Amino acid sequence: MSGPLLEVRDLCVEFPTRHGPLRALDGVSFDIAPGEILGVVGESGAGKSLTGAAVIGLLEPPGRVCRGQVLLEGSRIDDLPREAMRRLQGRRIGAIFQDPLTSLDPLYTVGHQLVETLRAHFALGTSQAREQAVELLRQTGIPAPEARLAQYPHEFSGGMRQRVVIALALAAKPALVIADEPTTALDVAVQAQILQLLRGVTQARGAAVMLITHDMGVVAETCDRVAVMYAGRVVEIGPVDEVLQRPAHPYTVGLMASVPSLHDARDRLAQIPGALPRLGEIPAGCAFHPRCPKASPRCREERPELALVRRTRAACWWPMVEGFAAP
Amino acid sequence: MTTAERAFERPVTDATVVVEARGLGRTFGLHTPWTTRLVHRNAPRRIVAVDDVSFTIARGRTLALVGESGCGKSTLARLMVGLDVPTHGSAWLDRVDVQATLAGPVDAARALRRRMQMVFQDPYASLNPRWRVGDIVAEPLLEQRLILPAQAPARVAALLASVGLDGIDTRQFPHQFSGGQRQRISLARAIATSPEFLVCDEPTSSLDVSVQAQVLNLLVDLQRERALTCLFISHNLVVVRYVAHDVGVMYLGRIVELAPREELFAAPRHPYTRMLLAAVPDLKGRGRERAPVLGEVPDPLSPPSGCAFHPRCPLANERCRVERPALRSAGVVRVACHAVEEGRL
Repeated sequence: MSGPLLEVRDLCVEFPTRHGPLRALDGVSFDIAPGEILGVVGESGAGKSLTGAAVIGLLEPPGRVCRGQVLLEGSRIDDLPREAMRRLQGRRIGAIFQDPLTSLDPLYTVGHQLVETLRAHFALGTSQAREQAVELLRQTGIPAPEARLAQYPHEFSGGMRQRVVIALALAAKPALVIADEPTTALDVAVQAQILQLLRGVTQARGAAVMLITHDMGVVAETCDRVAVMYAGRVVEIGPVDEVLQRPAHPYTVGLMASVPSLHDARDRLAQIPGALPRLGEIPAGCAFHPRCPKASPRCREERPELALVRRTRAACWWPMVEGFAAP
Repeated sequence: MTTAERAFERPVTDATVVVEARGLGRTFGLHTPWTTRLVHRNAPRRIVAVDDVSFTIARGRTLALVGESGCGKSTLARLMVGLDVPTHGSAWLDRVDVQATLAGPVDAARALRRRMQMVFQDPYASLNPRWRVGDIVAEPLLEQRLILPAQAPARVAALLASVGLDGIDTRQFPHQFSGGQRQRISLARAIATSPEFLVCDEPTSSLDVSVQAQVLNLLVDLQRERALTCLFISHNLVVVRYVAHDVGVMYLGRIVELAPREELFAAPRHPYTRMLLAAVPDLKGRGRERAPVLGEVPDPLSPPSGCAFHPRCPLANERCRVERPALRSAGVVRVACHAVEEGRL
């Protein structure tokens, strides 16, 4: 198949309130190609998780998509009836969430949950489904998978649990995997194992992955491209090495400088002044202008759209063009 | 002054030691119902959360303790300020036994509490949601009878200003503030009584990177201005680099390496420290796969024999499986590892 696997076009999400609708996502657009991992980064409240939920039709009411389209393999999925969407979830789209303990049912064995999932999507007998379940656990690096099938989630460690969740998400061989902070609850050492696993199994299957995280390190070593979100919009999107090494948007520059590093000559972290604006109080013009060192009168009035800067696209009137050295 | 000079500015001598842990240990019993124990004939089970931990912190310095979840670092933090009772050993603040004093006469206990404070990980759980911010920050001052109620507003405003929250409405409730602001409020509350010893338990791990940078910088500034002695608990080695003078690495309840910051990052000795450093994500991009890390932290209910790290250690041999290594000094560094001692590294 040529062309992107997932296309998101001008996606807007609103929450109705007594004082009128609050726009939480405003004109978000991006593509993901088959076999590609797109990282979505930003501070909490920037709209990363909301984007993921909107794409896979899991928005919590009263939130609703008020504009835009989501296309999976060329056909729209944002306007599907509930029943059709439910069939798509799990079958074509797999989801991995932050806390593996809440994604698994504590009352059923891991084997039961895997077999159930497999039989819900494929016409399989119990023994065939069991074999496949063992194979899935083996692929996700769980030692002694046959014995593990009979165990309950609480008998697994955090890292092993997240492997089970990945096995469940990949059970129906989905084309698109949404991973929302999949390693945030894990220790760094285990985090590295899980990321390598996620990258390995999705590439082997040619699945597209949308990896939502607030951790730049995770993006650096896992993703092909990255979208940086701020106040409900994508402010920069491009290849990982370009965005991380030579960021074009001042927000990305500030974000990168505030990441602690082992090879840092500085004794003090750089910080972005101020804080992410609340939903109801997003400034006019460029939403980042009150915190931006390069803000001009134009930034206060006119909102910039994404435009090509070298190999990345940034929504900024004064992008970092030349001679910028990454921290 | 360079970083290295500052780190070694104050030599550690007995006269400057303010905080000390002497063979601290904490064991938790798992309470299985006695009927179950009778039926299954199980012996009572125990978790050794902290095991024979000793260290000193000189006045005005910061010791960071790093380790994976479940290694006992938070339990240790609570023992140091007397929020929990050690099963072995003792914690000392300026030659005062913390546990004995808090259990003793009320006046002495209150005087000691004024001198040590703690900042917790979750700014959403550590501030009472029904209290106004002004009351939260004034509480330690009033409890300690350091000020009269009438003096509270002025003191609260000054404290909030010192953590970068000038001019906020002190009649607001915690939920009206962002995570970063809430952690600043926690800090204002902690420094209200002008403590000498501040314990920070993962103060930035629930914050976003840009906010984390603000809070870490604030913490370092406060520490220097007020000559605070700090114990900083974190699971993140990289964060520690910006705040600590000395770093201790914990594994399954024990300190396995204790070194000045520059030493630890330039030349990590213990295989576990090396593993943690290798697991740190590198922003210089893909291509460098992180060194594959073996296994996970073992179940503290059935810790491995000998050196607790041996099942994950690439250098483990027969001696490591049988004999537990002691924390030995090698220059300014202290390491508990047979491989390092024998020069097998």
